[in-house]
Amino acid sequence: MTFRKYLVLAGITVFSTAGDSLLARGMKEFGGFSLHNLSGLLLAILNPWVALGILFLLTFFACYMSALSWADLTYVLPATSLAYVLVALVGHFRLHEEISPTRWLGIALITAGVGFVAAGPSVTPGLHRDNSAEVARDAVSQEVE
Amino acid sequence: MNELYAWAAIALIILASTTGDVLLSYSMKRVGNVGELGKRRGLLAVVGRVLTTPTFALGVMAMGVAFYSLLFGLSWGNLSLVVPASASLTFVANALAARIFLHERVGRRRWIAALLVAGGVVLMAV
Repeated sequence: MTFRKYLVLAGITVFSTAGDSLLARGMKEFGGFSLHNLSGLLLAILNPWVALGILFLLTFFACYMSALSWADLTYVLPATSLAYVLVALVGHFRLHEEISPTRWLGIALITAGVGFVAAGPSVTPGLHRDNSAEVARDAVSQEVE
Repeated sequence: MNELYAWAAIALIILASTTGDVLLSYSMKRVGNVGELGKRRGLLAVVGRVLTTPTFALGVMAMGVAFYSLLFGLSWGNLSLVVPASASLTFVANALAARIFLHERVGRRRWIAALLVAGGVVLMAV
């Protein structure tokens, strides 16, 4: 695991949290939705909060796909579950929401789980496609050119 | 009756999102490390290779099914039941599915991590 890879994992956590919060904020300005009001759903994209939220969620998806290309699913999922903790902390410190003792315990459990998986190996050897042969071939063909 | 529907929706969310995660993970393992690939071939080549992997489209569709199941689940059940129940059980289901279908080495460390996170998610919602 390199520093860059940890950055991508952090990106999954931050962009999914920020994207969800922005979407929630934007959708609240619209109020309730029903299946009869589908055109309203399309108009929601014009709301700047919703648009930014979608952009962030797309960034999250790109980071997620990148992580899955070099790490195991059973590593990426727990390692990025700090998003739940992040949402609670943002609510606590920015919006002054109360965090109950049970929720603090939940935060502790998730953090411990993240520590457990992050300290172990990130990938099962031999499962991911090895690009090194391809990379070497590219280097040779570039030299020939 | 509504509770039964809510649990049916929860089961569907878990099934669909686990299927989606496994398919997406399988696709990206086939594509290979996108960091290295991008450096050599450029971003467009990476995007092209990902989008032309058939299992990727199936994975995205499964995620779509999971999203709509969540919407239906929320219309029948409480937010405080549907979201934590589906999220925490998805962690456990993913660990099982990754072991069976992706042949990932899910050792004691990863099981403990999955169970801790699943338990923590439930407590966060209480």
